[in-house]
Amino acid sequence: MAKFGKKSNTSQDIPTAALPDIIFMLLFFFMVTTVLRETDILVKQKLPKAVQLTKLERKSLVSYIYIGEPKQSSIFGKEPKIQVNDVFVEVNEIIQFVNQEKDKLNEAERDQITMSMKVDVESKMGIVSDVQQELREANARKILYSSVQAIDI
Amino acid sequence: MARKNRPTAEIPNGSMADIAFLLLIFFLVTTTIANDKGIAMLLPPKPDPNEPPPEVTKNDRNIFKILANSQDKLLVEDEPLSDVTELREMVKNFILNFGSPGEEGVEIYNSLPSSMKTYVSSFGRKVDYSDDPTEAVVSFKADRGTSYDLFVQVLDQVNAAYNDIYGERVGLSASEFLQLDRDDPIQEKKYLEARNGIPRAISIAEPNKIAK
Repeated sequence: MAKFGKKSNTSQDIPTAALPDIIFMLLFFFMVTTVLRETDILVKQKLPKAVQLTKLERKSLVSYIYIGEPKQSSIFGKEPKIQVNDVFVEVNEIIQFVNQEKDKLNEAERDQITMSMKVDVESKMGIVSDVQQELREANARKILYSSVQAIDI
Repeated sequence: MARKNRPTAEIPNGSMADIAFLLLIFFLVTTTIANDKGIAMLLPPKPDPNEPPPEVTKNDRNIFKILANSQDKLLVEDEPLSDVTELREMVKNFILNFGSPGEEGVEIYNSLPSSMKTYVSSFGRKVDYSDDPTEAVVSFKADRGTSYDLFVQVLDQVNAAYNDIYGERVGLSASEFLQLDRDDPIQEKKYLEARNGIPRAISIAEPNKIAK
């Protein structure tokens, strides 16, 4: 039929003039959402899976404690260690760390400091409870056992 | 004139998209969507050295005891338990037992939706479970050698039981209850209504000092 034989005159190019704008929009989105990690984590971090998770409300009130087997086990050994900021600490140094973190906050918010415990699944409760005792001592009682969302059956 | 012959000052922008793409890919790769989620807990206040530790005056039946040893074996209410996931139902039964409720307990019972009342009358009223939800305490004691994984699993199950109860009181599921936004006054009201009268009493005992 004639209809099929007919060649249309419309150009078949997709207009690409707006392409950079679209890419820039995506770029800005990712630039804004990206948080560059400020600490190098020196311990293994495979977080446990759990279902009943709550979200942290205010990021500024949160400090992190990492516990796990050191990644460089040839230097630091295989026993689980405690890491805060960029260094390994002993259990008795935790109170000092908590006080440093508290000093960064407003006076009114100091009691609301939340410690996020990022503990590797391979660790034992001994070291975790030692840390908890120190946190009680330092009066930082809100803690969060950081874990990954498991699929609810 | 010389002015007219000068080429127009223009930056070639044909490769603009490519440059933007490169940057975009860089940020895509470096982005880690922060997952700051976990099981929230409140530690008990530090013991006062001048005062002796408070004596436990609670009835034994009001305490739901979970013990974990260094081989990751559980002892729940003096019976071994192999499947952690059974804890959720057990804790729920324990809290909603209403064995011999006090005044507050009766009040809470009357405020429950009818579906939960039938749940109580079909599963509850056991002699060795709690008197009423205000009295019930879940106690969890782990050994120093217990794996952290099991510890989190047990806490998760106990929290799930509480969230089930809280959610059911206001007609939500446990996960919907968790997602209530407390900044929103309507949802805050629901949250408080669900929590009212039933404290989330989870006690974590100090592990034994010797792990030999």
